[in-house]
Amino acid sequence: MEKTIASPAAGIYIHIPFCVKKCLYCDFYSETALSRRSEFVSHLIEELSLRQSEYPVDTLYFGGGTPSVMDPDSIGTVVDTIRRLYRLSPDAEITLEVNPGTLDRTALDRYLAMGVNRLNIGVQSFNDKHLTLLGRVHTADAACRAIADARDAGFKNIGLDFIYALPGQSVQAVLDDLQRAVAFSPEHLSCYMLTVEPGTPLEHGVKSGDFTPLDEEQTADHFRLVSQFINTNGYAQYEISNFSRISRANGVDYRSKHNLKYWNHYPYRGFGPSAHSFIDNRRSWNHQTLDAYESSIDGGLLPVAGEEVLTREQQFTEFIYLGLRQTDGIDVQEFERRFDVSFYQWFQPVFEQLRPKDLFRNSSERCALTLEGQLIMDGICRIMVDRNLQPNL
Amino acid sequence: MKNIRNFSIIAHIDHGKSTLSDRLIQLTHIVSDREFQDQILDNMDIERERGITIKSQTVCLPYTAVDGKQYFLNLIDTPGHVDFSYEVSRALASCEGALLLIDASQGVEAQTLANLYLALEHDLEIIPVINKIDLPSADIERVKKQIEDDLGLDPETAIMVSAKEGTGVEDILEGVVRNLPPPSGDADAPLKSLIFDSHYDAFRGTIVHFRVIDGTIKAGDRIRFMSNSTKSYKVEEVGIFQIVRVPQKTLSAGQVGYMIAGIKTVSDTRCGDTITLDKTPCVKSMPGFKEAKPVVFSSIYPVASDGYPELVTALEKLKLNDASLIYEKDTSVALGFGFRCGFLGLLHLEVVQERLEREYDLSLILTAPSVQYQLTLNDGTELVVDNPALYPDPTLIDSAKEPYIKATIIVPDRYMGAVMKLCLDRRGINKNYQYLTNDRLEMIFELPLSEVIFDFYDKLKSVTQGYGSFDYDLIDYRPSRLVKLDILINGERVDALSQLVHEERAVSRGRTACEKLKDEIPRQMFKIAIQGAIGGKIISRSTVSPFRKDVTAKCYGGDITRKRKLLEKQRKGKRRMKMVGKVMIPQSAFLSVLKTDGE
Ligand SMILES: Nc1nc2c(ncn2[C@@H]2O[C@H](COP(=O)(O)OP(=O)(O)OP(=O)(O)O)[C@@H](O)[C@H]2O)c(=O)[nH]1
Ligand code: SF4
Ligand SMILES: [Mg+2]
Repeated sequence: MEKTIASPAAGIYIHIPFCVKKCLYCDFYSETALSRRSEFVSHLIEELSLRQSEYPVDTLYFGGGTPSVMDPDSIGTVVDTIRRLYRLSPDAEITLEVNPGTLDRTALDRYLAMGVNRLNIGVQSFNDKHLTLLGRVHTADAACRAIADARDAGFKNIGLDFIYALPGQSVQAVLDDLQRAVAFSPEHLSCYMLTVEPGTPLEHGVKSGDFTPLDEEQTADHFRLVSQFINTNGYAQYEISNFSRISRANGVDYRSKHNLKYWNHYPYRGFGPSAHSFIDNRRSWNHQTLDAYESSIDGGLLPVAGEEVLTREQQFTEFIYLGLRQTDGIDVQEFERRFDVSFYQWFQPVFEQLRPKDLFRNSSERCALTLEGQLIMDGICRIMVDRNLQPNL
Repeated sequence: MKNIRNFSIIAHIDHGKSTLSDRLIQLTHIVSDREFQDQILDNMDIERERGITIKSQTVCLPYTAVDGKQYFLNLIDTPGHVDFSYEVSRALASCEGALLLIDASQGVEAQTLANLYLALEHDLEIIPVINKIDLPSADIERVKKQIEDDLGLDPETAIMVSAKEGTGVEDILEGVVRNLPPPSGDADAPLKSLIFDSHYDAFRGTIVHFRVIDGTIKAGDRIRFMSNSTKSYKVEEVGIFQIVRVPQKTLSAGQVGYMIAGIKTVSDTRCGDTITLDKTPCVKSMPGFKEAKPVVFSSIYPVASDGYPELVTALEKLKLNDASLIYEKDTSVALGFGFRCGFLGLLHLEVVQERLEREYDLSLILTAPSVQYQLTLNDGTELVVDNPALYPDPTLIDSAKEPYIKATIIVPDRYMGAVMKLCLDRRGINKNYQYLTNDRLEMIFELPLSEVIFDFYDKLKSVTQGYGSFDYDLIDYRPSRLVKLDILINGERVDALSQLVHEERAVSRGRTACEKLKDEIPRQMFKIAIQGAIGGKIISRSTVSPFRKDVTAKCYGGDITRKRKLLEKQRKGKRRMKMVGKVMIPQSAFLSVLKTDGE
């Protein structure tokens, strides 16, 4: 039997499917036809009113795409609609993803005024050569200005996004980016190793030989460097690619409350094309494209493209995978409560097999990965979700 | 009986037997246009995927001839590939005549001759048919000359057809009626019927395919098999094949059809056995068929550790439909309980594996195939070994012999040099060659069987740009210097990967095996060392490097389902892997060690 989780507060995700230009590596859904923005907003409002609030909401996240290409007023309208129709708590975490180059100082004031209290800035790199390589529209200067403006406007919770392990990138270049990043004292850092996603121009370039991705060993070295550097500069890693500032003074937790919901099977509702929802063990996803999304809503239908109710085995797989992504690891008691098996007994053969490699940091409460374990966590998960194929069982 | 004709269509592979069968089926309207599909008799998935016939199929065609009389023509479409010649020989044993098809652009090829000889052995009346006359490259005159010179048949009797376009197909039906003899036999004598095939039906149990020689059989009869007088069965249904089974009141002497008789025990039915009436049996059983002679041996193991019982029943049922399959129990340290099986060739082996997996939903591992060796031990004991696991301590072996074949290769003379080189590379001895018609050569080689079973045919095709054809017969056993090549994975010997090889080949085989395994075994979380060894001596090695980085950078709301599906897919893929020690070895790796390219 499925048992419910203690915290029922939900998150809302809004997908803004527009960008000024597609970046070479990106496989998120977005369009560059900015002229469709206002028609999209009215459909989004329509979708919001087609649904109802199942749970109180304590996080709201505008992602994309590039939310900052929208007119701040339309973001305001969306926030107001959500306040009106959903039980958005007064101290909710409201995050807006913004890209340097699409941001002006006055817009920041307006975001703040409408209740946005967390900014996530897509810096990616402070090196113009690398920004060009990634196909980003902004420059390093623009990124610095955006951060300074955000502080100036009064944002107290700022996250910066970076990409590393770029073709030809040196360890020193990674370090340079990180040093400049921490100099801004952001509350949050997300550092992603570059992934060559299928169907992207980047993949094309790799196939044609225009890009030579770093090899695994170099990428691993970058990962180790990033973790060690950030962890020793006043931040704590809490997920494979995410770090938050340790704030001893006021005890504030700067982890992304919203993203934590994804990794802990908390409820969330996604709006906009390609957004995913997860409510009461049922995951559903909206139509991928703006066209399909809008015509579905025009027909008075929810723009849902598909859904699944997780079987016990699927829950199990996700619980392991999402648990191990987090530095805190898998909550052993929660696992045992959900799946009715003794965690360490069940996985004993796996730990046995992997023991020589020092991949786990295990305690009676938590099963977590060491840095070396994180580096090969997909492989570890393959073995864990497949325990019955292990020898001697 | 005068209105029955029983005939097979025989030919070299791809000369158009099944396509011609299609036209005959359409002309006699036994299926509607809506239900018709190309190569309709090739009804197994693997046949359709590979575009070849594997099983002989019978179909009864009602035909009103020019003489105004109604005939029943029992056609058997046969496979052309050498590995399935046992299907052909059994088909021929149930017929009075055969259509020998020759591709008008390819001409007579090795299996054209081999199948002709088979048909002559059975005293059959033969009608030569020149097919594919629509092809621009068709050379009818040349083929006629080959019919006369190579086959010793009268080219004037040959029927010209294009099975593809339907030209001349009517002439075939008339030719069959006029020139092939009706069956002989006595419908009033005691029942005597020959089982030439059978299959298992999930709803009806064993379905026996047979030809009535004498007498009559009907539903309600109590029958028995001549090989076992203690058991009898009540006939539930008899009928004929017309793509689907069509029940009949009776089947009499000369007719071909099926019988369902509540035969519970699958192994009760044996191909070649004689069916007779329990009360009034016939005096003498039919001579049956020559046993199929397997040439390659390999062990089959279920991937699932508890899959053995399912494999047992699957093999029994498959054996009903594949009389050439032989097997006995086997065990392996690495793989557990399984069966040692004999096959007529490597394609046959692949087909058996695929059929077991598809038709019985099993996931299997086959070990490296081997031929059968004769060993003499120091103390004089003689031993036959085809399983590397049973190979004795080399210090106890006095001498070894390996099987040799006589290979007949037909090829345009411009490829003579290439064929010569290929055969000599394979330790072959050129015995003879002779010109057939003008520029075509028949080359005879003696070759070790172990050198031809794996990829010889593919190589021959490639060095002759598709023009070479090949047939072979086992001739004898000859002295050989044999060694056992072992494979060690992370230092542990994996018995299922061992192979017996000629001493001269050992090092190169060891090297290829290590390279192939390196490609086959997926990277894992630790380093995997692969070594080839003879006795205690390491002769080759390779390494599968571990993952240095195997982690997904991003995982948010929209990524979770995709990521989970990936894990599920990888997990499913592991159904086809076997854990040996700590290492996952995919099914395909066990056969890969034999591939010789790059040698
Ligand atoms: N042009 C042309 N192609 C033909 C003719 N008859 C058959 N083919 C083609 O030849 C190929 C082989 O035909 P099949 O009927 O499968 O040959 P088969 O003799 O049954 O082959 P096996 O059963 O594998 O021995 C197919 O691609 C057919 O379409 C014909 O009269 N003319
Ligand atoms: S800005 Fe972000 S969403 Fe838009 S194309 Fe670039 S990476 Fe993708
Ligand atoms: Mg065929």
